Amino acid sequence: MCLRLDEPRESSRVTNHFARIAGHATLLMAAAVSLGPLLLVVLNAFKPHAAIVQDPLSLPTALALNNFRAAWSGGGFSVGLINSVLLTGTTVLVTVGLAAPAAFSLARRRTAYWKLISIYFLCSVTVPIQLFLFPLYFVYARLGLVGNVFATACIIAAINLPLSILLLRTYVVAIPIELDHSALMDGASPWQIFRYVIAPLMRPGMVTVAVIVALNAWNEFLITSTFQQGSSGFTMTLGYRAMTSVMAADRGIMMAGACIIVVPIVVFFLLLQRLFLEGMTAGAVKG
Amino acid sequence: MSLAGSQSSWRYIPFVLPALLLSAAVVLLPAVLTLLVAFTDWDGVSVPSWTGLDNFRDLLSDFTFWHSLFNNVKWSVIFLTLPMALSLAVASLLRTRRRSYAVYQIIFLLPYVLSPIANASIWSNMIYDQISGVVGFMRAHGLPLRDPLGHVGSALYAVAAADMWHFWGYLTVVYFAAMRQVPSDQLEAAYLEGASPWQVFRYVTLPNIAPTIALMFVLVTIFSFLTFDYVYLMTGGGPARATELLSTLAYGLAFRTFEVGKAAAVALCMSLFGLIAACAYAWMSRESLRA
Repeated sequence: MCLRLDEPRESSRVTNHFARIAGHATLLMAAAVSLGPLLLVVLNAFKPHAAIVQDPLSLPTALALNNFRAAWSGGGFSVGLINSVLLTGTTVLVTVGLAAPAAFSLARRRTAYWKLISIYFLCSVTVPIQLFLFPLYFVYARLGLVGNVFATACIIAAINLPLSILLLRTYVVAIPIELDHSALMDGASPWQIFRYVIAPLMRPGMVTVAVIVALNAWNEFLITSTFQQGSSGFTMTLGYRAMTSVMAADRGIMMAGACIIVVPIVVFFLLLQRLFLEGMTAGAVKG
Repeated sequence: MSLAGSQSSWRYIPFVLPALLLSAAVVLLPAVLTLLVAFTDWDGVSVPSWTGLDNFRDLLSDFTFWHSLFNNVKWSVIFLTLPMALSLAVASLLRTRRRSYAVYQIIFLLPYVLSPIANASIWSNMIYDQISGVVGFMRAHGLPLRDPLGHVGSALYAVAAADMWHFWGYLTVVYFAAMRQVPSDQLEAAYLEGASPWQVFRYVTLPNIAPTIALMFVLVTIFSFLTFDYVYLMTGGGPARATELLSTLAYGLAFRTFEVGKAAAVALCMSLFGLIAACAYAWMSRESLRA
């Protein structure tokens, strides 16, 4: 009896052991694939072009910073940094500023036609940008708004609005409605209920949404490249893109430029990783 | 109870009105304009002239249009299989890592948070490039590799590989978050009954995360028909239109050849495919109207 019980257990321990090693190996390999291209950027940012051509996988021989200096001026990153910050800041302010009150009134279902409005925002999550891009561009061109960071930020805010409202809505729903009722009893107006009762309690949600929207705005390509034309309107990423067509001959400078636009996001992401994870999974995971 | 009255409900309109106005001005009105422009011949500047269904007739007889549509279908098939399967497998492996899962999650998400411009440049220059890339380096050392982006047969897959490298971590993190919500008593019961890891995954984990998988399926389908950034940045639709998608086709028509009417018609077709998936998405999110 004992033997017969032990035998399969022994073999299953061996297969378990094997499965564990295979699992470890798979995870390590996946991590290497994710990090590999990024390591190539860091490695080659410190190398002269000739060394990269000879062997892109070799280690740099010196911590030379001249690639970075050339990339900073070549990419116009001084202007780009200001534009990127203005664009991202405006987008975040507009998106959260408009989404929070909308989420409040839709979650509490106090707005007339709340159902219709919710369906409209649900549908606009998945609207292709090309569906509204072309007329919008030619209207902006006629109004002289092309190249205006704040006008461009409004477009990116409008694109981020529906998902932000849907996300913030879940934070409002989690606040007990009795709080609204008692504020109402005390004679608070709808605006006062939002301002003094709901808004402070949904602040964590607003921070999460702000972080996600900031990332989207900073990285946005299609709208930004279409509407921020001319180097005075370039964001950091657009400056980098313009640089790659001019300086394509020197891959060391290009990788230094890539470093400059990648590293701030990596730092931002590592510092606020909990918020990123929360914001990215909140809409997708149905508990 | 006084809240339920229709009279008081109008007092809450100012809370949604600004959001609605911005969305209407940027998305809804221009979308309606696109719908109208699709039936005209317009260069973006002069007065559009009504041409009825001409744009659509042109598209239907245009090989490039069908070719782009087929590329979109290929793209969605690739993204619905490879990253889906890989991220499910890796997410379940992460479940076995009691402490290191947090580090892995961050590593897998890194490519996802970087800008498409940076990622596309990294892949074009450091991986695929014939002079400075790893592929070029391996070719110089005797491996029979072609330029992945330069050949009609491989360009679409090469771009898709870069985009998948950027995207798959997001799926993994979402699936992992869903798996962590699987009730632990169900898992324990299954293990006590002597279920194998595969059986636990198949009969306990999978049914529990099915709604999340379905939602990701729909979202990936939608975004496969909208995808633009990586193709536009890495190949611009080339070589010889091998990587042309509906989105890059529409963009080129509008801003390169200024056939805005035709571009609008392509955008409408894109939206039609998106709409089918969007209805599914809205249907799945319907609890948000009920909760």
